[in-house]
Amino acid sequence: MFELRGVEMLHGETRVLAGVDLVTRRGRTTALIGPSGSGKSTILRLMLGLWGPDRGRVLFDGAPVERSGPAALALRRRVGYVIQEGGLFPHLTARDNVTLVARWRGDDDDAIERRLLELAALARLPVELLGRFPAELSGGQRQRVGLMRALMLDPDALLLDEPLGALDPLIRAELQLDLRDIFRSLAKTVVLVTHDLAEAAYFAEHIVLLRGGAIVQQGALADFIARPRSDFVARFVSAQRTVALSPPRAPEAP
Amino acid sequence: MTRARTRARAALLALLLIFLFVQVAAAAPAASADGERDAAHVVRVGSKKFTESVVLGELLVGLARAHDTPAAHQRELGGTRILWNALRADELDIYPEYTGTLARELLARPELQDPRELARALEPLGLRLSAPLGFNNTYALGLTRARARALDVRTISDLRDHAELRLGLTEEFYERKDGWPVVRAAYGLAFASDRLRTLDHDLAYAGLLAGELDVIDFYSTDPQIAAHGLTLLEDDRGVFPRYDAVLLYRADLERRAPAFTRALTSLEGQLDDGTMAALNGRVQRAREPEAAVAASFLDERLGLRVELRAPTVASRLRRRAVEHLTLVGVSLLAAVLVAIPLGVVAARRRRVGQVVLALVGVVQTIPSLALLVVLIPPLGIGAAPAIVALFLYSLLPIVRSTHAGLTTIDPRLREAAAALGLPARARLRLVELPMAAPSVLSGVKTSAVINVGTATLGALVGAGGFGQPILAGIRLADTSLILQGAIPAAALALLVQGLFELLERALVPRGLRLRSR
Repeated sequence: MFELRGVEMLHGETRVLAGVDLVTRRGRTTALIGPSGSGKSTILRLMLGLWGPDRGRVLFDGAPVERSGPAALALRRRVGYVIQEGGLFPHLTARDNVTLVARWRGDDDDAIERRLLELAALARLPVELLGRFPAELSGGQRQRVGLMRALMLDPDALLLDEPLGALDPLIRAELQLDLRDIFRSLAKTVVLVTHDLAEAAYFAEHIVLLRGGAIVQQGALADFIARPRSDFVARFVSAQRTVALSPPRAPEAP
Repeated sequence: MTRARTRARAALLALLLIFLFVQVAAAAPAASADGERDAAHVVRVGSKKFTESVVLGELLVGLARAHDTPAAHQRELGGTRILWNALRADELDIYPEYTGTLARELLARPELQDPRELARALEPLGLRLSAPLGFNNTYALGLTRARARALDVRTISDLRDHAELRLGLTEEFYERKDGWPVVRAAYGLAFASDRLRTLDHDLAYAGLLAGELDVIDFYSTDPQIAAHGLTLLEDDRGVFPRYDAVLLYRADLERRAPAFTRALTSLEGQLDDGTMAALNGRVQRAREPEAAVAASFLDERLGLRVELRAPTVASRLRRRAVEHLTLVGVSLLAAVLVAIPLGVVAARRRRVGQVVLALVGVVQTIPSLALLVVLIPPLGIGAAPAIVALFLYSLLPIVRSTHAGLTTIDPRLREAAAALGLPARARLRLVELPMAAPSVLSGVKTSAVINVGTATLGALVGAGGFGQPILAGIRLADTSLILQGAIPAAALALLVQGLFELLERALVPRGLRLRSR
């Protein structure tokens, strides 16, 4: 599936990625985790070909990921991408957001409608919300629509950049549950970016911890706890566990 | 989506239909004029934007009609240069001019004093000059008859002994090389600075009559001279150049309208200073239409009967509205078609964008009159130069708003669109332009409203519209005439504003008008 070999990325003088080697496994969920600025989202953009590496190679199913041209567009249609708050276009209804590319491609109307209803059921979005504009949906609903849009063309892989980041705790827990079910039932290759270790462990078999643009450790959660490769890993794990174990705070009044 | 798109298409179609309608309506009268031209050449008469010139223009039209020659009058064009260029570009056949202006301003050969010498200089340009009409509309200095008698001054030289006099001069006379500087030098006049002020011509008259000023400058055919019994001081040292009125016409007019050109000689010497001043006075003070004044002159002096064709108020208003809407509509449509793509390019490529924005910004700073004058040689007079000027002025708001609308799209949404695997063109059409629509449309609206106002300047180059009565009103200091142009123009601006608000409702996707929860 996705393969990064010695990837380096510079942003002006700053090194965003420094020698990243990473292979995601087919049909499995990989979580990229780390403090902000560690290069997690950059890796997703490289996988989509939105950005190109300064050094090294990015491959998808063995072929280099292109940044432009028909091959690049074709690849992006084979990879679903979900960002925080869904990234919905405000001028289109939920329905039109989800079906935009399929309609542009000239897919059969009935097939589009069937797929739409299928996805609504999968993402547990009430059908009557499909006619609403993003501004008329709640944050969780927007995220569900964003997921439907990413899945519309039945992609081989799904990339999610902090999909639960902007949601309040209750909705977050609910969506978390639904997302894991979806990932499992679809058996797609999923790469998920989060800064929350518990969330990463919840979704992913394979966890990749990044710091300053480099991978410090990867593997299963158990490895991180039992055999931290460095002091940073140990501190990162214990800090996150403290938070995860502390009693939930009362929701703040709006 | 499909419903919104259908609605947008319908709105665009409606807009196009309006433009088409205006086009057809505007083309109809032009077509009939062309038909007339096939039978006999229509003599195209021009005039400058002051009363005397307009009266002479009407006189020429009357003369032509009296000799069975159809004629059309492009009245009150914006300046000497505009008329001169139009004549040379075969947009006009004839217009009244002054020898001094021809020698000094147009040919830049001030030594050509004699009309025959001037005619020889014009020959190579394919232009002819009539014999002088009789009056010399030059500068003069004067004062009230009572004051002149009390002080016993008759000539400009006499002013030297009266350093106590208070002078009120027009700015133009004070600055012009052939005005006050030569008078002061030639006559050795020395007035203290608190004795001399520059002010508007009409105000100078008022000051003179109120006794606040003693001496002011005139045009020697001003109707006020006779009306108020003013005394002109003799230019005893011959300092003022001669501004003999002549008719300037294209040499080929003799072939195109032989009867009319032959008849021009009948005007020679018929208009002395007093006669011209009286005709000017009947228009300016008695508010008689120029055509009527010209017709009565032709009748009394030359025994020529001219039928007066006065259009009704309604037909005049309709014609002006059509002219005005054509100027605004055509220029705006062209600007939309050019400026939106320019804005897209500017938003896509930063370097190119900066150049494009700077360029359309520079266009905006060109004074409208200068732009119109520059456009006449290639485009002639009439609607064409006005439309091109309006088109150029319309670009900036639309380019800017398109650029702003596209560059302020949330970069995350732009990325989301790219990640969907849509090609750039489809992204622009399906995502970016719809999201920029409110901004783009507000730019078009700004351009349209400004256009309605700026289009009044079209009258300066013979494009007609609501600017025509405004120009005439300013010339005649007639407020009601000014309002006849200003009120419909203002109403039209409001109408356009309202139309765009409706259009906004149809074109801006509903999702963009909602506020997020």
